[in-house]
Amino acid sequence: MSKRKPYIRDLPVDWWMKQLFYTKYMIREGSSVLVTIYALVLAWGLFRLSQGEVAFNAWLGSLQSPLAIIFHLCAFILALYHTITWFSLSPKLVDIQVGGKGLDERIIIAVEYIVFAIATVICFLVVI
Amino acid sequence: MTDNIIEIGILRYRPEEDDKPVMQTYEIPYNDEMSILEALHYIKDHLDSTVSFRWSCRMAICGSCGMMVNGIPKLGCKVFLRDYYPKKVTLEPLANFPIERDLVVVMDDFIKKLEAIKPHIISKKKKCLTEGTHKQTPAEMEKYQQFAMCINCGLCYAACPQYALDKKFTGPAALALIARYNRDNRDAGAAQRMEIVNQEEGVWGCTFVGYCSVVCPKDVDPAAAIQLLKIDSAKDYLIGMFKPD
Repeated sequence: MSKRKPYIRDLPVDWWMKQLFYTKYMIREGSSVLVTIYALVLAWGLFRLSQGEVAFNAWLGSLQSPLAIIFHLCAFILALYHTITWFSLSPKLVDIQVGGKGLDERIIIAVEYIVFAIATVICFLVVI
Repeated sequence: MTDNIIEIGILRYRPEEDDKPVMQTYEIPYNDEMSILEALHYIKDHLDSTVSFRWSCRMAICGSCGMMVNGIPKLGCKVFLRDYYPKKVTLEPLANFPIERDLVVVMDDFIKKLEAIKPHIISKKKKCLTEGTHKQTPAEMEKYQQFAMCINCGLCYAACPQYALDKKFTGPAALALIARYNRDNRDAGAAQRMEIVNQEEGVWGCTFVGYCSVVCPKDVDPAAAIQLLKIDSAKDYLIGMFKPD
């Protein structure tokens, strides 16, 4: 008779806390929650704008509260973290062969940062 | 040889007597040239002949000696005691696989997935021997060669949280092997393999954790293969919308 009795280990609930790589991945994925809330706040601002100047100013005023500032600061840091980690992963999505070899990862990442910087400057110019 | 001692902890599981795995610690003489696999041989030869583990080539070719070394999937032959000394080294069977005995895991599910993706060249039409060999340029070979370096060690499955959470997920090595054959210009089986790729358990089960590529001992980069297949799958879907069948 077979003495086989394969043992299946349970996955602990805190599996993502046991390895720094997994923790960083969960922060990257979790950042989308704050970014979504930020987008909703922004969409709400657009809606208030459609209701007139008073409504829009009231929305602007509500953003001055300490809670709103802390939220936006956290959302900004996480969005930046998401951007940096995503840029570092993105060369895996690119399949460009140059001279029989894949394009250098550093070139892809550098181009992304340059476009990021240009887009940021344009956004600032539009707002100011 | 020095007189220094290093502690090696091994997660033991003997199905005939254990209900669950237990940690057992051994002390062996430290040697900075000794690999983890050699340390296991020392334990088996001198201290405890009942310890079970898989091994064969001792040079990162066969992919047999995959195990968790201090919680990280590694090939026992490719890591050395000097990487950990003087700290204790803890060895556990590869995560996400059932334990057969001690450091030996049941890999049936992994093998089944490898077979399912048709890991061989599916020719356009049968070629007669007199027609000669299939010719391929270095540039054509470069397109798939990286994904062809897989040794089926299973480290990427042990590193994949998606596989840990859902065993139906096709997983990194099998998907990378799909990329390997689909990108080979001698192969005409892409349409058959895309059926596996397009499934929820195919590439879309991957959330791009990326740890599979970090632990791969042959630099295969399964994460890249899967993301490239996601693009192929999206194209396949779009084309299918306009051109059914």
